[in-house]
Amino acid sequence: MKRLIATALLLFAVSAHADNYRLPKHGAFEEECASCHMAFPPQMLHADSWRAMMGDLAHHFGSDASLDEKRRAAITDFLVTHAGGRKTGTTRDASGKPLLRITETARFERKHREIAAATWKRASIKSPVNCTACHRQAAAGDYSERSINIPK
Amino acid sequence: MRKLFIIAALLAAAGARAETPRDFLTRFEKEAGSAASAERGARFFNSKQGGEWSCASCHTDKPTQAGRHARTDKPIAALAPVANAERFTDAAKVDKWFRRNCNDTVNRLCSAQEKADVMAWLLTLK
Repeated sequence: MKRLIATALLLFAVSAHADNYRLPKHGAFEEECASCHMAFPPQMLHADSWRAMMGDLAHHFGSDASLDEKRRAAITDFLVTHAGGRKTGTTRDASGKPLLRITETARFERKHREIAAATWKRASIKSPVNCTACHRQAAAGDYSERSINIPK
Repeated sequence: MRKLFIIAALLAAAGARAETPRDFLTRFEKEAGSAASAERGARFFNSKQGGEWSCASCHTDKPTQAGRHARTDKPIAALAPVANAERFTDAAKVDKWFRRNCNDTVNRLCSAQEKADVMAWLLTLK
């Protein structure tokens, strides 16, 4: 019985930890990446994906997000250092190309399987890029189940 | 002598930081070699120039108020200097955003004349 409780506690701790994306603040990352969208947690993509993304900022999902080389290198460093490990898994597509969209990763798809297409399109949500619409504490790195509140 | 040097360095640092929106208007007009037109700037800002977006797509046609990113919906603080004292005070930022946003709206870099016109218009907003 004692062992069972210990196992249950451990599982709980691990699962709670799995939704915690808190990181130390990084000035350049916050300033540059969060101008146009929220600063997505580096842990959500593999280092290969971040390197690929940071290698072509002039064509960033249809926008020019180019940076001076010093900042580009500093932010790439930060992203790669904190990039996803085992939990994120590899973030490559079937052909082996690094995925650039967090929404296309296996983990994201699995975690959002229950969300209907119509829900994503609600005026209060608009797009999956808008994490904070439902994950109310996302800006602080908290994606845990208990801070989810899907708006009508 | 050392004190003099420190004072000179301080003055230089202060000078480098003391950019105002008017300084940018002056700079762009000088680069363009002709005076800016606020009316032309308003037209440029508010109409599409071949791309999917105009400046107003994100900054709204009243840049004294906050806007929203046309794709991500992220709030964007007001652009007009009268409403936001932080705007147009840092050359690196000004050059970075003109470069990016001109590529996104007109699919090329903006000319000095276009930048001067937009600055002139933004400075007329109350």
